[in-house]
Amino acid sequence: MAESINKSRIDLLVIGGSAGSLEVILKAFPQLTTDLPFAIILVLHRKQNTDTTLIDLLSAKTKITVIEANEKELIKAGCIYVAPADYHLLIENDHTLSLDYSEKVNFSRPCIDITFQTAAETYKDRLACLLMSGASADGVEGLELVKTLQGITAVQDPKTAEVSYMPQKALDKMEVDYIVETDKVFDFINMLAKSSELTA
Amino acid sequence: MQESAIRDEEIEILLNDLLELYGYDFTNYSKASIKRRINRLYSLDKFPSFAEFRYHLRNDAPYSKRFVEQITVNVTEMFRDPGFYKALREQVFPHLGTYPFIRIWLAGCSTGEEAYSVAIVLKELNLFDKSLLYATDINPEVLEKAEKGMFPLSQMKQYSENYILSGGKHEFSSYYSANYNLAKFDESLRSKMIFSTHNLVSDHSFNQFQLILCRNVLIYFDKDLQAKVFNLFDQSLENLGFLALGTKETLRFSSIASNFRQLNSEKIWRKV
Repeated sequence: MAESINKSRIDLLVIGGSAGSLEVILKAFPQLTTDLPFAIILVLHRKQNTDTTLIDLLSAKTKITVIEANEKELIKAGCIYVAPADYHLLIENDHTLSLDYSEKVNFSRPCIDITFQTAAETYKDRLACLLMSGASADGVEGLELVKTLQGITAVQDPKTAEVSYMPQKALDKMEVDYIVETDKVFDFINMLAKSSELTA
Repeated sequence: MQESAIRDEEIEILLNDLLELYGYDFTNYSKASIKRRINRLYSLDKFPSFAEFRYHLRNDAPYSKRFVEQITVNVTEMFRDPGFYKALREQVFPHLGTYPFIRIWLAGCSTGEEAYSVAIVLKELNLFDKSLLYATDINPEVLEKAEKGMFPLSQMKQYSENYILSGGKHEFSSYYSANYNLAKFDESLRSKMIFSTHNLVSDHSFNQFQLILCRNVLIYFDKDLQAKVFNLFDQSLENLGFLALGTKETLRFSSIASNFRQLNSEKIWRKV
């Protein structure tokens, strides 16, 4: 990555992904630093009723605690939260999680835009959002808001993403802070961890 | 995407107006969700400013109805979470079948899909005739829809799959007749349903039940309100009665938890 280490400290990284994202995340997880100074939230589009399998799958790849996001749960640094299937995941001002079973947005539930938006309004410049591979435009508008509110924005490189549509759509609409190589997602997260520690 | 047009302080103002003028108390609802709903309505109805939005809410009583209907979530499905309905069929109703009379409360029933699902299961277990289903919701408009028992035909494929996964043995389509783009459910299913408005925030217990279903309602309430509603349910449940919640809701951390025992992995608790 050519970019210099960002000087801002973050408290939360939200990763939004659709088709072609899970494989990349599974590959990145084993190489993540285990003492994350921030929390990670994963919002992945997927088929219904695969929750426990997904948590198990992710947990097997890292020593970091991976849990399904529970309503009212306080977001804690060093944990990875996974949005449950078929619920929107929202972030409250007091940094707790909320679930919402309202209409699908962008044909999706969970909807990446909703989590990006509520995270941006709460965490502002202490947030990073990464939009990954996918065939949907979900997450693009949310990422724009993250940028407006001074958060760090990143997309998976559409050139190497399995489905380039989603990250490319973001690049068409905005200038992001980082374009992350498909096999360097772990590097990007570890870099955020390092810069967050440095400026803690 | 813009930052939410209606800010947190303004949300508070609107919710206070709603309480003061119309008696609806949303002040203990989870903030992020209600904020999103209010902002959604604000842009849907194309208000030019917060002031105008507020003016309408305060001075236009019919608009207040729309406001309440739109800021609450009314999304529901038939046989949603088939595993849950399987547990009702195999583990809950066999117990209730021993009673001379079964009273069920569906709290926050929305447009009624769940009530019709439960009615179908009761029918198949030959328990329907001695059952009574009280279906309540805060919104009178959704109850009107529920009473009609007509749901989009386009959903039937999904509902039929859910039904089969839940252990349904019949032809799902035998329960409705197709009418243009709607599926009209068998009138007899409605014969044991009583629809009524009930506000979980402000209304009291109105009967004793053997089963209360309240699924995907509590996720919209803050902890204090959840605690209050759990007490209401505890008061409204007979001993050995069952309480069923949504897949992401739990009784575990509540003060009434010690009075209840959870059934296997589903979100069903029995009062012991």
